[in-house]
Amino acid sequence: MLKQVEGSRGVAEAVARCRPEVICAYPISPQTHIVEALSVLVAAGELRPCEFVNVESEFAAMSVAIGASATGARSYTATASQGLLYMAEALYNASGLGLPIVMTVANRAIGAPINIWNDHGDSMSQRDSGWIQLYAESNQEAVDLQVQAFRIAEELSVPVMVCMDGFVLTHAVEGIDVPAQDAVDAFLPPYVPRQLLDPDDPVSIGAMVGPDAFTEVRYLAHAQQLRALEVIPGVAANFAAAFGRDSGGLVRPYRCADAEIVVVALGSVLGTLKDTVDELRDEGMSVGVLGVTSFRPFPMEAVRTALAGARRVVVLERALAVGIGGIVAADVRTALSGLPVPLATVIAGLGGRAVTKKSLRTLVADAAADRLEPLTFLDLNLDVVEREQRRTG
Amino acid sequence: MFEIRIHGRGGQGVVTTAELLSVAAFTEGRQAQAFPTFGSERTGAPVVGFCRIDDRPIRTHEPVAEPDAVIIQDATLLHQVDVFAGLDADGYLLINTSCSPAELGLDSYVQQFRPDRVMTIPATELALTHLGRPLPGAVLRGAFAALTGQVRLDSVPAVIRDRFSGRVADGNIAAVRDAYDRASRQLEEDVRAETG
Repeated sequence: MLKQVEGSRGVAEAVARCRPEVICAYPISPQTHIVEALSVLVAAGELRPCEFVNVESEFAAMSVAIGASATGARSYTATASQGLLYMAEALYNASGLGLPIVMTVANRAIGAPINIWNDHGDSMSQRDSGWIQLYAESNQEAVDLQVQAFRIAEELSVPVMVCMDGFVLTHAVEGIDVPAQDAVDAFLPPYVPRQLLDPDDPVSIGAMVGPDAFTEVRYLAHAQQLRALEVIPGVAANFAAAFGRDSGGLVRPYRCADAEIVVVALGSVLGTLKDTVDELRDEGMSVGVLGVTSFRPFPMEAVRTALAGARRVVVLERALAVGIGGIVAADVRTALSGLPVPLATVIAGLGGRAVTKKSLRTLVADAAADRLEPLTFLDLNLDVVEREQRRTG
Repeated sequence: MFEIRIHGRGGQGVVTTAELLSVAAFTEGRQAQAFPTFGSERTGAPVVGFCRIDDRPIRTHEPVAEPDAVIIQDATLLHQVDVFAGLDADGYLLINTSCSPAELGLDSYVQQFRPDRVMTIPATELALTHLGRPLPGAVLRGAFAALTGQVRLDSVPAVIRDRFSGRVADGNIAAVRDAYDRASRQLEEDVRAETG
């Protein structure tokens, strides 16, 4: 039913309709409203059978999710920022053990300096953790991706992060269609674990693997995640057939096919970018947008195909790899290898700085006029930077 | 697209005002989006809320920089925060105050606006009368409906009834209706004054 609700509320209801049997979480802004709403649903008996486990940290939250998932329970948690870092060790265990846990990341910057606002620094830091990472463009897509994530995770036995921009989406009130229970039940079959911890049929999981087989284990994990490149579009197609809505998939091109300039981005900035592109197109500029929904696995072929006709590519990143610059840009450059397409990286929206249509228009104009440096920081206040550099010598 | 920016202080219901305006528009079948500026919320600290209303899907997620309407829940912010940033002469301005624009030192500023688009209303006093609490949101939503026509009078109470019950709902709805009536009368007087 279409409702005007906060993004967090919509996500909580969508997660509940997926019938998780164990939810454990430790509150951290801006994830809090999601798990608060879920705890209320569990306490009210609206989500049964489900155990909501209060834990003392994010490390415990992921550890409980691992234990629950290994015993065959559909398991869910959510976090953000330092919370995600605090679970880092357990994240690798979840993926290494092939446990299909689903987690919402309410994207937030990482300190220091402490900052509660949105960027992608948290989930990007776990790029290589073996989790599938899907980025939502809107609250509707965040809701739809929760439902798709459980199917993808369980089909592959690989954990999935659904990343949604903290505050920008989690705290925005918009019209959201939360899929009905019977429709979700029809779309998402009960979880059948690939392996199970069961006292009646004991097995060991996570045993030590030595040099003789560790490479093979890692190879298999890589091959399994690459299988997601087939599974993710399939699940999105099934979702579209069941719910009549186009969400998820690997990439989302917008007015891209004939565009001379294509801006590549992830997350909620895509909406503002599409508005910008429509304006610029009306003014005669040939520009398009490529939204990357699946960052891990990275859809090399889909990205290469979408960008092959472009004269210039701009990768807009909401995170910074200190010492090199872009994170997504490195992958896009790999996807474009051999093609004569120049690429510029733009770091934007760090720590909650708004990415405005006004700045995006300037950015595209600079790209069109060949004025864009290989690495640019959008709306950087040079006065502040230079003053500080003078002060510190 | 009609864009609204609401200025107030933590604890005054700025976020709720933005949200309930968006829900009122939604119940009329329109597209709407509401969100706050996000900070470490503290009672009394300046807070900004945003609301967009449109007949087409709203894709942008940037803050409202050029509002069509500004609602000021707390007039003590007038000389502390640039509450008028981006508001042009066609815009709407609604201020919670028992003072006149002249008494607020805004006389020359509001001259540029159309008289029927600038309104002051003693929303805190009216809230105390109807709710017994100094929460000006319901009054301002009622006055906003009359001032701009962007939401209908009957949508605003319906949203309150859906969210609250008993005396809280009754008090808020009474505040909305009172504010709408006062605002409508004020607008009629403005029109009469203008047409002589």
